[in-house]
Amino acid sequence: MTAIAPGTLPKSSPRGSAARARLLRGLLPALSLALVLIAIAWLNPRAISYFGFNLMLNLAIPIALATIAQMFVIAGNELDLSIGTFVGFVGCVTATWLRDAPLLGILVLIGSIGVYALLGALIHLRNLPSIVVTLGMSFVWQGLAILVLPKPGGKAPDWLLAIMSFKPPYIPFPILAALIIAAVVHFGLMRTSYGVILRGSGGNAAALRRAGWSLLKTKIVLFALTGLFGVLSGMALIGITTSADANIGNGYTLLSIAGVILGGGEFVGGRVSPIGAVLGALTLALAASPLLTFMHIPPDWQVAANGAILIIVLAARVLISRRER
Amino acid sequence: MKKLLVLGAFAAMLASGTALADTSGKKIAFSNNYAGNSWRQAMLDSYGIVTKKAVDDKIVAAADVFTTADKEVPTQAAQVQNLILQGYDAIVINAASPDALNGAIKQACDAGITVVSFDGTVTEPCAYRVVVDFKDMGKQEVEQMAKFQPKGGNLLEIRGLAGTSIDDAIHAGILEGVAAHPEFKIVGSVTGDWDQTTAQKAVATILPSLPDIVGIVDQGGDGYGAAQAFAAAGKPRPTIIMGNRQDELKWWKEQKEKDGYKTWSASIAPGVSTLAFWVAQQVLDGRKDIPHDLLVPYLAFTQDDFEAALPKIKEGGVATHEYTQEDAIAAIKANIKQ
Repeated sequence: MTAIAPGTLPKSSPRGSAARARLLRGLLPALSLALVLIAIAWLNPRAISYFGFNLMLNLAIPIALATIAQMFVIAGNELDLSIGTFVGFVGCVTATWLRDAPLLGILVLIGSIGVYALLGALIHLRNLPSIVVTLGMSFVWQGLAILVLPKPGGKAPDWLLAIMSFKPPYIPFPILAALIIAAVVHFGLMRTSYGVILRGSGGNAAALRRAGWSLLKTKIVLFALTGLFGVLSGMALIGITTSADANIGNGYTLLSIAGVILGGGEFVGGRVSPIGAVLGALTLALAASPLLTFMHIPPDWQVAANGAILIIVLAARVLISRRER
Repeated sequence: MKKLLVLGAFAAMLASGTALADTSGKKIAFSNNYAGNSWRQAMLDSYGIVTKKAVDDKIVAAADVFTTADKEVPTQAAQVQNLILQGYDAIVINAASPDALNGAIKQACDAGITVVSFDGTVTEPCAYRVVVDFKDMGKQEVEQMAKFQPKGGNLLEIRGLAGTSIDDAIHAGILEGVAAHPEFKIVGSVTGDWDQTTAQKAVATILPSLPDIVGIVDQGGDGYGAAQAFAAAGKPRPTIIMGNRQDELKWWKEQKEKDGYKTWSASIAPGVSTLAFWVAQQVLDGRKDIPHDLLVPYLAFTQDDFEAALPKIKEGGVATHEYTQEDAIAAIKANIKQ
């Protein structure tokens, strides 16, 4: 990948076309989401309604939160392969302890964010590849989830159920939630000065260190934020499904990475976009399930078609970013 | 003979009479979470055959199948929600989790949709559950074993996929059977995951540490693997309960031809998907008296009839049975009586 030096390219290439390409890149997540929505509206007009959006998108909220979580580690040039099982673990804690012993539940969830922060420190201090560490952690979270909830079951706390089934007037809740998540994270990461430092730790770590910033601290903060949004994702998921299963989040690991990339992020260079990530997550959630269901594909081909849609959507993203170079 | 014919014609008339009531405009969807093994393939095949005929006969308007790309719970929950949006009247479901889909199932019920689960059933009270009596199957295994090994002895148990309700139920049945037959003693237990290769490895690992084994009680899909492990270790062949898989029945046939080897075979028929379909159709037909928990028999083969079934099973497949509307009505009736 030649995208390791972001920010230098637009200056060296003709200004106009680079700006256009950048605009295109920024718009791509929104464009692909619009495209998927148009396809759904054409296949099943009934789905484009308050009720329809509620049903189609409510499971996209936990995906969006997991994608944001993944985005924070990617901003620091790392990958988190444990986010899926972590969401599952949080789900199991939410459906058991958070309901029966709220104090213990809250402590465990805060503690798990602390574990994430420690992982960040470990990865930085020992200079370990995050893929290896988080892959190992994914089995730890999975094991803990099975310990907490050996058999599927449990029940979400009532207040959580109430939040997730909230029906605001006019705007379906999932859309409102997506707007809030995107706005809050966008402000925090893109508009504050420490947000710049956090992204800078992925963009040019050496420069940051020379300027006197602690890279240990940025890594800890990024991982803790991943933990925080992982916890939110797990809780949101259980608020929708009402009860948990130790394997409930396993698919989120790859989905969240795909969401970040689809949303205009890069694996390296601290180039991420919170709004794009949320849009990417919504697109993936819609393309993978509703679109496929409405297309009436023969069952033998459905699994392959799901993969094909993901590849097409991601390929469009790669084509446009290549033009940028 | 003539009487029988007349009776048959009368029964057919009755059946078609109920069928034409008012489900001809109804659409039934099948939400399936996994298609990657022989059992699931047989399940989909059976379902396809029976529902295609039902659609051709205008009993229902549509019966579409939807399989999720991964085995994940959220994917299937999203799929159920999309099926609600599609305007289906009923959803037949083989669920990824007994509990974690309840939110989506409840939404479907609230939208006036009939939900019938089978195999992987759901606990949401508004849904129907077509449950195979796995506990009785486990108990029967020991009962049958007592016939083949009247003197009793040591048993090896092969368990299924840990944490599933099916594994729990069969295991509980086996324990009950052993309690009723104190001449048997379970001396070892391994996890075979209903898979020949896994079972073979697990049995081969535990075999050296075991005393002489007279029989193996298992959960199906693991009998042939166990037989291979015993053969490889050069140990005497015990009585292995089979699970209706083609390779298991084929091995049984070979052994029977060689020296009259005797055993018994039982498993859930993948065609139970078609029974769930008919139950959904019956609910849509307006029947109000159907219990939400329907216990249906498992499919068993004995020394006398397994060879007749063997040629009908696909290579690497599993024995199945396609249920008819009358079968479903009979099963519902049997459950109302209980």
